[in-house]
Amino acid sequence: MWEYTDKVREHFFNPRNVGEIPDADGVGEVGSLACGDALKLMFKLDEKGRIKDVKFKTFGCASAIASSSALTEIIKGMPLEEAAKVTNKDIADYLGGLPEQKMHCSVMGREALEAAIENYKGGSKKKHELEGRVVCTCFGVTEKEIERVIHENNLDTVEQVTNYCKAGGGCGGCKGEIEKIIERIEGERAKQKAVPAPAKGQKLTNIQKIQLIQQTINEQIRPALRGDGGNIDLIDVDGNKVIVALRGMCAQCALANITMRDLVEAKIREFVSPDICVEEQKDSADEQRK
Amino acid sequence: MKTIYFDNNATTKVADEVLEEIKPYFCDLYGNPSSMHTFGGQVGIKIREAREKSAALLGCDPSEIIFTGCGTESDNTAIKGTLAAHPNRRKVITTRVEHPAVLSVCRDLENQGYIVVELAVDKKGRLNLSELESHLDDNTALVTIMFANNETGTVFPVERIADMVKAKGIVFHTDAVQAVGKIPINLSKSSIDLLSLSGHKLHAPKGVGILYVRKGTRLAPFMLGGHQEGGRRAGTENVPGIIGLGKACELAMKNFDQENKKVKSLRDKLEKGILAECPDCMVNGDTESRLPNTSNISFELIEGEAILLMLDRFGICASSGSACTSGSLEPSHVLRAMGVPFTAAHGSIRFSLSRYNTEEEVDFTIEKIPPIIARLRELSPFIKK
Repeated sequence: MWEYTDKVREHFFNPRNVGEIPDADGVGEVGSLACGDALKLMFKLDEKGRIKDVKFKTFGCASAIASSSALTEIIKGMPLEEAAKVTNKDIADYLGGLPEQKMHCSVMGREALEAAIENYKGGSKKKHELEGRVVCTCFGVTEKEIERVIHENNLDTVEQVTNYCKAGGGCGGCKGEIEKIIERIEGERAKQKAVPAPAKGQKLTNIQKIQLIQQTINEQIRPALRGDGGNIDLIDVDGNKVIVALRGMCAQCALANITMRDLVEAKIREFVSPDICVEEQKDSADEQRK
Repeated sequence: MKTIYFDNNATTKVADEVLEEIKPYFCDLYGNPSSMHTFGGQVGIKIREAREKSAALLGCDPSEIIFTGCGTESDNTAIKGTLAAHPNRRKVITTRVEHPAVLSVCRDLENQGYIVVELAVDKKGRLNLSELESHLDDNTALVTIMFANNETGTVFPVERIADMVKAKGIVFHTDAVQAVGKIPINLSKSSIDLLSLSGHKLHAPKGVGILYVRKGTRLAPFMLGGHQEGGRRAGTENVPGIIGLGKACELAMKNFDQENKKVKSLRDKLEKGILAECPDCMVNGDTESRLPNTSNISFELIEGEAILLMLDRFGICASSGSACTSGSLEPSHVLRAMGVPFTAAHGSIRFSLSRYNTEEEVDFTIEKIPPIIARLRELSPFIKK
């Protein structure tokens, strides 16, 4: 049995703003019968551009109905621009939280709101269309949507992504791809969190130097090696000596020395310091190439 | 609030008579049946009696009964034990609608390199026996097909299947967890080699099951570590559980026809009442060949978890094949195998009764359901006024 908060139960048993608005300004429809939940949201604006009236109809479980009801309560009376900033987290928070596996219900609310706003701005009554490349074909989830739930909710596992937007919850065939998206976003996050780059000419502190080397490997070197089925790990930094290990295809490659000199060392010298000298971790390399 | 329990395929109430029977075996008669002293030995005698009572319900010899920890353990033992005993055969035949206790094991075997055939079912959940026959060959170690489906109650013609499989010299196992106590079974007149049952589905406590192994059937033990159950299932016996299961089998046998007749008439009344009062709903499964206690009804265009929560407010316990209730994102594998459309699969509710249900409970439920269904349909964007 799901552990729903009293607020979820209350909004499920007594949902607010159920129904339709015949002359709505914006209508958003998301989800489908096949997916197990669907939401139709419509709003009417007043002369100042505030949401005067909002109604919904939902097919789905208790948390889907409660999330829809909560969304309508949140945005009622809001100026449209402000409503556009409502996130799935706002909906979940309003309800005192949702079970992790039900977070996708709050995401559906946010999606319907976006679709309705888009519909209002576009003026057409056409159904919300998927934007971008579809990653999960079982539930029709796009790369853009996956990126968005990862960003907005700070997700870092495939399981979480499935809980938040269903992607990967059907046949599971796209789980590898979701993992790659997470990796990419984590790389971007690490970049943002990195210690501020030192002013040109200033001496790097040890921690800055190591971070810069790691960043260079992540952004400049690893993507190039991945293309050939290889990978690289930073093992240690000792003064100007950088020790790395080549993985995957690179580890068995006869041209590994050239890779080390022309790519790994060249890039680290370019981005960190010209005095750097890169060495490959010896034992692992020898073992694998035997 | 009174609980109205219509979820007996999930688990059942321990019968009062069973509880009375097992009470002394916790604090007073707690001896180990393997011990040499009289104190333990008297417990051994009770286990022997429980074995005899269980054998009587199944129509087999007491020596063919192995007590296990649960139905799932019985299934695992039957499947893995048979394959281990027939190392040269690499194929297993099962169905798409098995309980996960069988299906997950088979899919794991597939990953290990076994050939696994999952037989399809038709719209009513029925098997095509000629399809089964076409797959039987010298490489097949085991056919494992459930007696009755836990979700829809559909009963497979297991006796005929067993004859067909036996004729080819292949071992046949059936997961009879839902069938025992509801359908007459006489293993002495059957070709079934292995049969699993679970105590808590027939008013015994949780944590005890049986694997019936026909005399002469080769089976490698699953649990090693002791001489219990003739070396076929090591581990100190769950004494109260086993004694309780024996008593539950005795009770099931006592009023078998009368009780199942009563349960069936209540189930039929509930089903008819719901179908008459609610538009756009349908029964899932084979109504011609079905457990007497189970009714699986799909309410179109609404979602099962929402229905369950609304029923829960009235103390009515049922279950659903919808995606949301399972924690997975897809509806029941059984309903999908039957080709039940998504419009109906997400809104499926299973009512499963027992001898403890009353006509009042059925009437109360028939009264409460139509407004719930109507209310959820008001909320559904797929209903056009």
